[in-house]
Amino acid sequence: MTARLRRLWRLLALPLLAIFLSVIVGSIVIIASEWLVSGELKPGLAIDAFSALVEGSVGSERAIVNTLVNTMPLLLGGLSVGLAFKGGLFNIGGYGQFLMGALGSVIVGVQLRESPAIIAIPAALAAGMLFGAVWGFIPGALKALSGAHEVVTTIMLNFIALAVLAAAVNGPLTVQGSTSPITPDVGNAALPIIIGRNGHIGLIYAPLMAVLYGWLLFRTTRGFEIRIAGSSPDAARYAGMSPKRLIIWTMSAAGLLSGMAGATDLLGTTHQMASTYGTTVGFDSIAVALLGRTSPIGIVLSALLFGALRTGSASMQIQAGVPAELVGVLQATILFFLVASPVIARLFRIRGARTGLDESTTITSTYGGEATIR
Amino acid sequence: MDQFLYGLPVIGLVFEFVGYLVAVLPLIAPIILKASTPIAFAALCGVMCERTGVVNIGIEGTMLVSAFVGWTAGVYLAPVLGTEAGPVFGASAALVAALVLALLAGVLVSLVHAWLSISVRADQIISGTIINIAALGITGYLIALLAQSSPTGAGQFKAWTPPDTLTDLPFVGWIFDTLLGQGPLTISLLVIVVVFQIALFRTRWGLRSRAVGEHPRAAETVGINVVRLRYRNVLVGGVLAGLGGAFLSMEGTAVFQQDMAAGRGFIGLAAMIVGRWTPLGAFGAALLFASSGGIAQSILIAPPPGQLGEIMLSLPPQFFDAVPYLVTIIILAGVVGRSVPPAADGQPYERESAT
Repeated sequence: MTARLRRLWRLLALPLLAIFLSVIVGSIVIIASEWLVSGELKPGLAIDAFSALVEGSVGSERAIVNTLVNTMPLLLGGLSVGLAFKGGLFNIGGYGQFLMGALGSVIVGVQLRESPAIIAIPAALAAGMLFGAVWGFIPGALKALSGAHEVVTTIMLNFIALAVLAAAVNGPLTVQGSTSPITPDVGNAALPIIIGRNGHIGLIYAPLMAVLYGWLLFRTTRGFEIRIAGSSPDAARYAGMSPKRLIIWTMSAAGLLSGMAGATDLLGTTHQMASTYGTTVGFDSIAVALLGRTSPIGIVLSALLFGALRTGSASMQIQAGVPAELVGVLQATILFFLVASPVIARLFRIRGARTGLDESTTITSTYGGEATIR
Repeated sequence: MDQFLYGLPVIGLVFEFVGYLVAVLPLIAPIILKASTPIAFAALCGVMCERTGVVNIGIEGTMLVSAFVGWTAGVYLAPVLGTEAGPVFGASAALVAALVLALLAGVLVSLVHAWLSISVRADQIISGTIINIAALGITGYLIALLAQSSPTGAGQFKAWTPPDTLTDLPFVGWIFDTLLGQGPLTISLLVIVVVFQIALFRTRWGLRSRAVGEHPRAAETVGINVVRLRYRNVLVGGVLAGLGGAFLSMEGTAVFQQDMAAGRGFIGLAAMIVGRWTPLGAFGAALLFASSGGIAQSILIAPPPGQLGEIMLSLPPQFFDAVPYLVTIIILAGVVGRSVPPAADGQPYERESAT
C-alpha cells in the first residue's frame, strides 16, 4: 500500500506543486498589477479573485455544467496532443485541426439542418473528424515522406486553416442578407442537451474517447507500436515496425481527435460559425497534454482544471474586476514550472519525482538534420 | 508573336501578371519593405539561435512582450522625459528610452528560453511554446488592465525623407525612396542583415557559432565554450526579436493591441527555413512573404485590366494571406530543393563528465 502511495506521489508531486506555485505567482501578479495601475496595495484582491474563480466554476449546478461543457473540447484536444507525444511527435497543429473540424461539421450540419437528428448529428460529427484527420494527415505524410518536421508544418497549416475558414465563411457559407459574415444555424445537427441548460451529449462521448485512448495505447498492438516508436525509434525499426506508417497513422488520429474537439464545440456550443470564429483550445490542448503527462487520467484531470479556469474567469472579471486573461498567466506559469521541473524537484527536495516527458527527446532529435526517418 | 502568346491563355496571363507587377512595384515596394520588417527581424532571431543549435519557437512571444513593453514604457516615460521630437526620425527622449526597454525585455524573455533549453536542458520546442502561451497571457492580462484608463503612448518613430537628388533619379530613384524613406528600425534592419551575413560566414565568431550548431562536441574539444556561446547568441537573438516587436508598436503603429504579433514570429520561422538559415536568404524570404500582402492590397486598389483583373479580384482575399505558408510547406516537402537545418539544432548539450 505504501509503495503504491509513494508511486502516486512521485507521479503527482510535480504537477500539484506547479499548480500551487502558479496560484502564488498569479496572486503576486494580481496584487502587483493592481498596485501599478491604481497605486493602491490591495492584498485581499487576490483572495477575492480566486474565490470568484472557484465560485464561478464549481459553485453551482449551472457553473459545474458550464465547466464540463468547456472541458470537453480541451479533453479531446489534450488527447490529440497526448497521442502525438506518445508517438514522439509534437502536434502544435491542434489549433488548425480544431478549426477544420469545426468547419467540416458546420458545412455538413448546415446542409442537413432539416434532416432528422439521427442522421444529421453523426454525419456532421464525422465530417468534422474527417476534416481534422486530413489536417493531421498532411503533416504526418510530409514528415514520413520528406522529413519536414511536424512542428513547422503544423504551424503553417494552422494559419492556412485560419485563411480557409475566413474565406469559406466570408464566401460560400455566409447567410444572405446578414450584416456580418456568419453561417446559418446547424439546426437539427446540434448536439442534444442531456443535462442542465447547455450540457450536451459530448459530456458522454468525450470521456469515452479518453477510455478508448487508454485502451488503444496500452491494450492494442498499434498502441504498443506507437509507444515504442515514440520512446525509441531505432528499437521500433529494429523490431520490424514501419516508423513512416506509424507517423502518418498517429498524426491522422491526432488530427481526428482535434477535429472532433472542433466539431463538439461548434455543434454543441456555438451552433453556427462567424468569420471571427476561433478559440485558443488548440493551443491550450498542449498545456492539457503536458500537465496530464499524456496519461488518459491525467489528461481528463488537467482538462477539467483548465475547463474550470476558463469558466470561472468570467465571474472573476465581473466580481473581482480582474481581467479574465489572468487564466493565460496561470496556465503559462503551470507549464513553466513543469518544464523547469528538474530544477524545481531539486529545489523542493522531491526525491524520485518523475520529471518531463520521456518522449520529448524523440521530438527534438528529429528536428535537426542529423536524424532522418528511414 | 503577341497573338501567339495570348492564344495560350495561361502563359498570356502569367506575362500580363509579371507586367503588372513591374508596373506597380515602385508603388508597393515601400509597403512591402515595411511589412517585411518584423518578419525579417523574427527570421534573423531564428537564424541567430538555430545556427548555434537552439530551436526558438518562442520568437512570436518574445516579439509580443517587446511590443508591449515598448508601448507601455512610452506611456509611463512620456510625461517624465517629454515627447518633443528630436532632429531625426521624430525620436523623442521618451521614445528612445522606451525602445531600449523593449529590447531589454526581448533579452529577458530570451534569457528564460536560454536557461530552460541550455541549462535545464528542457525540451526546446516545449519551452518556446510556453513562452508563446505566457506572452499572450501576460500581455493580454496587462493590456486589459491598462486599457481601462485609455492611456496615450509616446507616439512613434517617423520615416526619414531622403534628399530629392536621390529619389528623383530616373529608373532607380524609387529604390532609394523605398530603402531610405523608412523609419529607424527598418533602416537598421537593412544594415543588420548585411553585417550579420558577413559576421556569420566571414568572422571567427561566425565560424564558432556554426561549429557549435553542427557538432558541439567537436567544437568543445577545440576549446569553444558551447554553453556560453549558445547563451550569448540566444540573448542577441532576443535583441533582434525585440527590434521586431518594437517595430510593431513604435514604428509601424503607435499602439499596442492584444496578440499584436499575429503570427509574424511564426512566419519569421518560415522565412528562416525558406532562406536556408542564412541572414540574406531569410530577409529575401521575408520580403517574398510580405509581398503577398502588398500585391493583395494593390489588386484591391488598382486591379490589372481585363481578364487577369477579373480573376485576381475573384480570388478570396484570404488566399494571399495563405500564400507564404503554402510556399513554406511546398519548400519543406522538398519540391524546390531541400532546406536542411543545422545538424545539432534542438539538441541540448551536456558536457562530458571529467571521469
